[in-house]
Amino acid sequence: MLFDVEKIRQDFPILHQHVQGKPLVYFDNAATTQKPACVIEALQHYYACDNANVHRGVHTLSERSTKSYENALKTTQHFLGAGSEKEIIFTKGTTEGINLVAYCLAKNYLKEGDEILVSCLEHHANIVPWQLACEQTGCRLKVIPINDQGEILQEEYEKLLSSKTKVVAIAHVSNALGTINPIEKMIALAHQVGAICVIDGAQAVAHQKINVQTLDCDFYVFSGHKTLGPTGIGVLYGKYDLLKKMPPYQGGGDMIREVSFEKTTYNDLPYKFEAGTPPISAAIGLAVALHYLESIGLAAIAEYEQILLDYMLVQLAKMPEIKLIGQAKHRGAIVSFLYEGVHAHDVGSILDHEGVAIRNGHHCAMPLMKRLGVSATSRASLAFYNTQEEIDQFIRALKKVKEVFN
Amino acid sequence: MSGLRELYQEVIIDHNKCPRNFCKLSGHSHYAEGLNPLCGDRISLYLDIQQDKIERVSFEGSGCAISTASASLMTEMLKGKDVEEAKKLFSVFHALLTGQEASDEGDDIGKLQVLAGVKEYPARVKCATLAWHALMDAMSGAETHG
Repeated sequence: MLFDVEKIRQDFPILHQHVQGKPLVYFDNAATTQKPACVIEALQHYYACDNANVHRGVHTLSERSTKSYENALKTTQHFLGAGSEKEIIFTKGTTEGINLVAYCLAKNYLKEGDEILVSCLEHHANIVPWQLACEQTGCRLKVIPINDQGEILQEEYEKLLSSKTKVVAIAHVSNALGTINPIEKMIALAHQVGAICVIDGAQAVAHQKINVQTLDCDFYVFSGHKTLGPTGIGVLYGKYDLLKKMPPYQGGGDMIREVSFEKTTYNDLPYKFEAGTPPISAAIGLAVALHYLESIGLAAIAEYEQILLDYMLVQLAKMPEIKLIGQAKHRGAIVSFLYEGVHAHDVGSILDHEGVAIRNGHHCAMPLMKRLGVSATSRASLAFYNTQEEIDQFIRALKKVKEVFN
Repeated sequence: MSGLRELYQEVIIDHNKCPRNFCKLSGHSHYAEGLNPLCGDRISLYLDIQQDKIERVSFEGSGCAISTASASLMTEMLKGKDVEEAKKLFSVFHALLTGQEASDEGDDIGKLQVLAGVKEYPARVKCATLAWHALMDAMSGAETHG
């Protein structure tokens, strides 16, 4: 299949610039993705023409704004393959989505002696909220180990599962190593012991087709800004019955049905979880981003990114000074590596000087770094608007590292 | 390459490769850890201060070339200085990296000048000052025999 990347790149204004005198190579897509012009224009249009609060006024602008916001819910629902828009909660991002679930489950579901399973691969955002839940309830956090390639040990996972397991929280794709976890199988196993399965989809949604009903996950969270959309918005998908049983997360306007000083009743889903004015423009921008991703096609994106990944891995394999960290069989286009004798930060500064943007550090996954025996790695993360020529520029930039640190 | 050479001067590369006073100090009087939570860089700083004078100083840890070289150069500079002189060196060095005008007392920061290029890279200033913040913590802390 022909994937016209040059045409796609025309949709991303930010890519057409020079950094430090070199063409920008943006390989930090796991941190945040760039935005197509249609998303930028949608935000501009909203503020220039339609801005008003939602669910409040009867005036024309408010109705327009409310309609666009509600359409964004529907778009997100269809994008994820959810059964109902009532199952889509807009949050600030992946982090808030996980915090919301952890907080609400701690309030009326988890109790002392229960166990929460996370994997060793997790981002801090899928560890710390569960630690807080443990502190509140007296339940225990257990860690599913990984092998040296960065893959979750499935037999160990099965051993850890028991009737005490109430929550299994795992990343769909590891932000630090790119490992794609076999979540469908893991979800089914969690359900066999009656556990709730929470999937951190931050690194998956812009890179492969997701269907929450096929996965049968109980909760699935992602961030708008890692999915070509604006910052400040995320999505929490939750099964209707679970969301209905959960207490509200925050109190305020929009989440209520009726307020009196004696008793307050709460709004229907999804608004029960949306206290205060929601991120209206961001939701509208996100919906445009999701439509855009669908117009390119998630299957085509996944296939093209795999070609880029394979090309990058072949080029890196020719450099003995590069040691790959994480070599899962099933992986997305995220490559973590060490440069022999040079700290990741120095690699990052030198690459920046060559116009190449990558992330260097612990990638908010300190327990994983500890397990792998490293303090920091360099990470190149790709998106479907990247090219083989950019990978060549990245490799040339890596060769400069040696010149500086000879 | 020219801009990069400003950042990675030969002295920095040398101190990164062979950091000076890179060991645990037995019988130290003061100690502090420096941690950069953004990148996970970690350094342990040991001081032996007698009658307000830094008799011996050493460090351990892992970090980038900038933080390692800065720590190494710092230990070289500090030996024999008294606590007040060390604090002054910190403020002059800090001013150099944050682009503030250094005080006009003709402060001689000697070899530390090689780190001046870091001010063009704001994201790296924290790397260069990691050991220095540990120094301030160590000197302000109670005496320790850890």
